[in-house]
Amino acid sequence: MTVRSHRLGLWVIWSLLVLLVASVVAGIMVGPVMIPARTVIASLFDVQDDSISAIHRIIVLQIRLPRVLLGLLVGSALAVSGAAMQGVFGNPLASPYILGIASGATAGAAVAILFASGSLLFLPMGAFIGASVAALAVFRLARGSDGRTSVLTLILAGVAIGALFSALTSFLLFLSSGGEKLSDVLFWIMGGLGRASWTSVAVLAPIVVAGISAVLYFTRDLNALALGEEGAQHVGVNPESLYRWLLVLTTLLTASAVAMAGTIGFIGLVVPHVMRLLLGPDHRRLIPASALVGGCFLIWSDMAARTVLAPAELPVGVITAFFGAPFFLYLLKTRGASL
Amino acid sequence: MRIEARNLSFAYSESSLALNDVSLEVPSGSASALIGPNGSGKSTLLRVISGVLRPQSGAVFLDGDPIARRSTRDLARHLAMVEQERAMGFDFLVREVVALGRIPHRARFAGQTQADVQTIRHAMELADVCALANRSIHAISGGERQRVYLALALAQEPAVLLLDEPTTHLDLRHQTEFMSIVRQQATEGMTVLIAIHDLTVAAQVADRMALMGDGQMIVAGTPGDVLTAENIESTFGVRAIVGIHPELGSTYVLPKLAGRREA
Repeated sequence: MTVRSHRLGLWVIWSLLVLLVASVVAGIMVGPVMIPARTVIASLFDVQDDSISAIHRIIVLQIRLPRVLLGLLVGSALAVSGAAMQGVFGNPLASPYILGIASGATAGAAVAILFASGSLLFLPMGAFIGASVAALAVFRLARGSDGRTSVLTLILAGVAIGALFSALTSFLLFLSSGGEKLSDVLFWIMGGLGRASWTSVAVLAPIVVAGISAVLYFTRDLNALALGEEGAQHVGVNPESLYRWLLVLTTLLTASAVAMAGTIGFIGLVVPHVMRLLLGPDHRRLIPASALVGGCFLIWSDMAARTVLAPAELPVGVITAFFGAPFFLYLLKTRGASL
Repeated sequence: MRIEARNLSFAYSESSLALNDVSLEVPSGSASALIGPNGSGKSTLLRVISGVLRPQSGAVFLDGDPIARRSTRDLARHLAMVEQERAMGFDFLVREVVALGRIPHRARFAGQTQADVQTIRHAMELADVCALANRSIHAISGGERQRVYLALALAQEPAVLLLDEPTTHLDLRHQTEFMSIVRQQATEGMTVLIAIHDLTVAAQVADRMALMGDGQMIVAGTPGDVLTAENIESTFGVRAIVGIHPELGSTYVLPKLAGRREA
């Protein structure tokens, strides 16, 4: 059943916010060492309590909390990018991965790792440059001589550019001839939150918060764009400037997420879909709901990645694809016509 | 609001002009029909007047002010358009689609005011789509969908309504209902400009007519002036009987078909 009334929709968003807070606490509790909820909350709010061991406190504040927050930021960024791209292209298949933007970011990150030793300064920059080059190339290629963007060419161009950048990444890996850098790049290709630190959270948080807020600013225009380019213009929304802004914002969100956690698939595709089924296509509710659920989904996936084969850690991209791909196929099969 | 198009020229590509020095005047509070063969420039003219296309030369004026000086949003407060066909992305409900018509009147993050709700309801009543309010835009018939887009345009409370062959895919009843609503709006003071293929329906709806051919304005005037057998033969290449219907008092056009065996 779809929740279409505005008040119910708001209620759903508040519930999702509660779910998110619960997910953050759960994400901190679960791991090789289980930590009781009381300890988590006491550590988070800096309550002095002698029954809490210093080690638990350190695990909560220095290891698990930054990791959970990174998951929240990356998951939200990817889900919002996906939702915004689907809105811009009026096509539910659009996502940072299908349009090749994530591959561009990975290639950029690989260049930064291999040639600039992957410092926290160069890595996001490399990823952002790679993502921007891929995004610009795809949009340029998909834009016909009449100035219109055909969705089919857009997706085909995305697949081609994505393949090109993946090949570049493989080539760089081949050249790197093993060693630590190779495992660095491999980590980026598989995706994961294992390298979370307060520094990565501090770098990512302002970008993601600003990026999502900016996308929220355009939600009403995204609704108008469902009328088509000219239809949007007839109700007073300029599609050209909307395209330009959202291209920049989705590239920024995707690139910064990939720079910190590598390529984690399916969040940008599946989360907006599920939210659209649940809340309807109104972007004023879809975008915030996608942000919250994207964050939750990645936190829970990371919990699974940490515990399924503990003490070994699965790449979280394996988990998201494992749940995301069958679910997406199920959607295609059952609701193919309305997707 | 009076529409005035002055010496418009527009080309999609360098090789051919879609509009060649076209001028047109639509008096305030009247309905005008734009007629002409396929590819004669009717749609292009409507899109230039709506501000979606910028003419290479010439200008469009609303009550004497050039539309090029207005923002997209400001223009949308005064002018609405119903396209021939529209592929709506995503599964919006009918009432959500109609509500999009309030966008130009509302601040970005403002909620729906009581006045907005009233306007939307009134527009839906006029276009007779209230019963469809909670249906998906994809789950209704083509005729119903065109009425929903008409409701969307009316929810903009426009002074000028442009329609581009809005009833092409509709059956006789839906076409008649649609045109009656449009005529009613013109009678109540809206300025209406409608591109239309059916010349007889055009004569019933419109106070004035403009005949286009090959990107040029051939003739404009009352339906009686424009719809002559000579004009129809020279622009459409069709021989037709033109008369005044004794009961309706409006001009009708009956094209002569070839291919029947002589009786």
